[in-house]
Amino acid sequence: MERIPILRMGPFLLITIQVDMHDKLAMQLQDDVTERISDWGSAGVLIDISSLEIVDSFIGRMLANIAAMSRVLGAETVVVGMQPAVAITLVELGMSLPGVRTALNVESGMELLNTSLGRPQSGTFHDSNEA
Amino acid sequence: MTATKRELLPLQTSSDVVLARQKVRQWAIELRFSLVDQTKLVTAASELARNALDHGQGGQMAIEIVNGAARTGLKLVFEDNGPGIPDIQMALKDGFTTGPGMGLGLGGSKRLVNDFSIESEVGKGTKITVVRWK
Repeated sequence: MERIPILRMGPFLLITIQVDMHDKLAMQLQDDVTERISDWGSAGVLIDISSLEIVDSFIGRMLANIAAMSRVLGAETVVVGMQPAVAITLVELGMSLPGVRTALNVESGMELLNTSLGRPQSGTFHDSNEA
Repeated sequence: MTATKRELLPLQTSSDVVLARQKVRQWAIELRFSLVDQTKLVTAASELARNALDHGQGGQMAIEIVNGAARTGLKLVFEDNGPGIPDIQMALKDGFTTGPGMGLGLGGSKRLVNDFSIESEVGKGTKITVVRWK
């Protein structure tokens, strides 16, 4: 069965949506994400939508659902990489993704998650041996 | 408004919605719509195609290149044989829905196109026509 892969990066999950989403795939993804969070105790979920050429209310609802479900399970969700034309269209459509945190790219999304979880930034982290 | 090219696509399954989206994108590129305009039209098409499927028990989409007075546009006609819409004004309001969605489909897609018209007869079906001009 067709599935969207979920990568584990330490305490986070990384999901890159590259295919044209349809109902079954979206439902499967919601199931998979919640199961992974519960199995691995993940603290954050990054959803990269930079390959999506459109986000309609169906996909918007799916993103909002995943963020809400993850929050209930104790994980933060950040949606990253939205294309500018998609952002313009989404707002005009009447959907500004309330309740979903966003960042420009995976890197800043990761930073956002680290900060909100009170973890040291990967770039500024110094090993105690250095001193 | 005269049509120069026309094609008909079925809307019976959720993969038909994907195919309809791809067709609209392809024609919008052919007409050299800007990226933002392409995105708006494809998003509107996606909303309306899904509406025809979810609320209208399936139907079809006609895609047409139309020529108006010194301008070219892409016209999409969505037809279903569903239950029809009893109160169109209500259906166009943001947040109004009879299904599991967010109620943004009709009102939202109206904002994404230039021309929008809707005909519906209870018990017979719904026909929605949209045009985005270049």
